Amino acid sequence: MYDFTYHKPSDLNEAGQLLTNDEAKVVAGGMTLIPTLKQRLAQHSDLVDLSAIAELNGITQTDGVVRIGAMTTHSDVHHSELVRSSIPALADLAGQIGDVQVRNRGTIGGSIANADPAADYPAAVVGLGATVHTNQRDISADDFFTAMFETALGDGEIITAVSFPVPDKAGYAKFANPASRYAIVGVMVAHTQGETRVAVTGAAGSVFRASEMEQALADDFSAEAVRSIAVASDEFNSDIHASAEYRGHLVSVMAARAVMAAG
Amino acid sequence: MTVSISFQLNGTPTQLEVPDSQLLSEALRQGGSTGTHIGCDTSQCGACVVHVDGQSVKSCTLLTAQVDGKSVTTIEGLANAEDMHPMQQAFKNHHGLQCGFCTPGMVMSAIDLVNHHPDPDEKQIREWLEGNICRCTGYHNIVKAVQHGAQMMKEV
Repeated sequence: MYDFTYHKPSDLNEAGQLLTNDEAKVVAGGMTLIPTLKQRLAQHSDLVDLSAIAELNGITQTDGVVRIGAMTTHSDVHHSELVRSSIPALADLAGQIGDVQVRNRGTIGGSIANADPAADYPAAVVGLGATVHTNQRDISADDFFTAMFETALGDGEIITAVSFPVPDKAGYAKFANPASRYAIVGVMVAHTQGETRVAVTGAAGSVFRASEMEQALADDFSAEAVRSIAVASDEFNSDIHASAEYRGHLVSVMAARAVMAAG
Repeated sequence: MTVSISFQLNGTPTQLEVPDSQLLSEALRQGGSTGTHIGCDTSQCGACVVHVDGQSVKSCTLLTAQVDGKSVTTIEGLANAEDMHPMQQAFKNHHGLQCGFCTPGMVMSAIDLVNHHPDPDEKQIREWLEGNICRCTGYHNIVKAVQHGAQMMKEV
């Protein structure tokens, strides 16, 4: 690991100031960043640990919206009675990330800031039509993920929380890589206040909405409605684990399973 | 650069001056807690699992600086001078190891499991040990050991 200077600010202002140095990097749970540093795949002058900023942690619900602090771990989301009763699909999704030790450290803010193309949370954020709160503004899910490992976050911008509107029904299904548990393909479907969303992770460079499936489900919210819809897979990821064509096939299968899970 | 931290190590107040970029697994081993093993460079094998504030974590994927003010338990912190922890005893009774390299991490993960699920079934055990890799046993005896260890933990 290359050397860096470690900081643990106690409030967001101090964290923001430390991040004005463009060689500095936030560490949230560190479940991607620290392995990356260990492999010398990245080098940062400063690491800014957000774990001492109390306002970034915790789960609350007001007026049909579940707000999850950016530093809340996957374990806390998975085990939260509040999330399990309001958005069970989100609690299930959090429990499918990595392994127990990763879920005990990894955070929702870290996951979506990293924007791994095979991560689970991007499907939840886009599929449930969430809003990403930062220390500077609110960003809608559809504007947040811009490309592979790229987001709308600016320099020094820190995610503070993610707000999920409580859906009428929602379900998540993924075909996991058996070694890493990353999604080869994962699909979140949700019906929220008259709007139907289908978000796909793992298949392409970034999470995306399957609009043809959304229309089909708006007319008929059933597994049969999406099972036969083929998505264009020409631009999909292709690697040792799955070809682009196979990922395309999995999108339809996982979408149908997600609808069944939504009930 | 170095950072000063104080934390509980197996119940003992501990002060350290460590490099900013030092991993907790390195600090533990340098301090003599060599039961915490390092089996990979990719945070996948789980041989380095310890408890931080009661939760199982991979100590190779945590900076030492990040445990300032926290309580760390390693495999050395489980047993008293006379007796093994029930989970360690269960691994011995059921031959839940061959070379033993993965065992400290397996035991630490298994205790975290039992703290959450006092009566784990086979599926829960296999899921919970997903972050711990054993290249000898095929896991069969490990699962039996964890099931028995869970029962023995109730009797203590």
